[in-house]
Amino acid sequence: MFRYCKVKWAASLFLLLCVANVSLANTLYPLPSKRQDAQFEHLLKELRCLVCQNQDLADSHASLAEDLRLQVYEMVKDGKSDSEIVNYLTARYGDFILFKPPVKAITALLWFGPFLFLALGLSVAWRFRGKQTKEVELSS
Amino acid sequence: MMKTGFFRIIPFLIFLILMFFLMRGLTLDPHKLPSTKIGQALPAFRLPRLLDETQQVTEAFLRGKVHLVNIWASWCDACIDEQFFLMQLKSQGVLIFGINYKDRSKQAVHWLHTYGDPYLMIAEDKEGKLAIDLGVYGTPETFLVDREGRIRYRHVGILNESLWETEFLPRMKELDKSRV
Repeated sequence: MFRYCKVKWAASLFLLLCVANVSLANTLYPLPSKRQDAQFEHLLKELRCLVCQNQDLADSHASLAEDLRLQVYEMVKDGKSDSEIVNYLTARYGDFILFKPPVKAITALLWFGPFLFLALGLSVAWRFRGKQTKEVELSS
Repeated sequence: MMKTGFFRIIPFLIFLILMFFLMRGLTLDPHKLPSTKIGQALPAFRLPRLLDETQQVTEAFLRGKVHLVNIWASWCDACIDEQFFLMQLKSQGVLIFGINYKDRSKQAVHWLHTYGDPYLMIAEDKEGKLAIDLGVYGTPETFLVDREGRIRYRHVGILNESLWETEFLPRMKELDKSRV
């Protein structure tokens, strides 16, 4: 019984923390409309913190991430579009700030490489399949 | 028969390619990012001067001279390591423009007294806005700027003798040649 209570307590505390987090974000960066709120939130998740590189801007406590968060916030408040904000940041920090790299000549291998390897693998498999059946035929 | 022979070594080729990239990955530093600013003009700014806040400095201050722009802060431990070499550069006559990044003026001045002041001029970037325009993501960072005020090279991290000789000096010599 005691154990069950503990789990329940932990669960409710966890939920409380989740809710607290959301409301904190809204009070720190108040925006006039729900649409802008959503824009701000999804932008922060798409942008990389350049100091702790595997964290997004929403998640990071690095001081640069705080500055960039504020910059994004101000641009969202000014009614700037996603592409304007992303262009502003990539002009300064390069494509690396985006978690999802754009399709360019330099990233072509990154985007289409997997298909290339799939084709290569399939062709090898095809080749060996033919050979094995031949061997089976011969031995029988 | 020849054809199947070739197909047999494909896994080995893939292994070699994989090894090549993995070996390369060992020597790559993910914190070294290419600057998007190479070849572009220094962003325009108007900031208070560190040692005299009644004055303001702009990007035009060292226009017409090849110089370095160094971003530093008193809270940045790596900047202390770099300062000794910057003092050495100063004694060789290298012009260094300092940008004091997200710092408190008093601490910055105290820091300069302690570790030396290699800068011709220091601008205070308290909010880090100029640093964002420069694409700064770590201190110290050093930019090589040509006579027209264009950025020619950027180094993130501590500047040292070997880097100076391999990356900065050849570029500076080239910039000097282009004048004649």
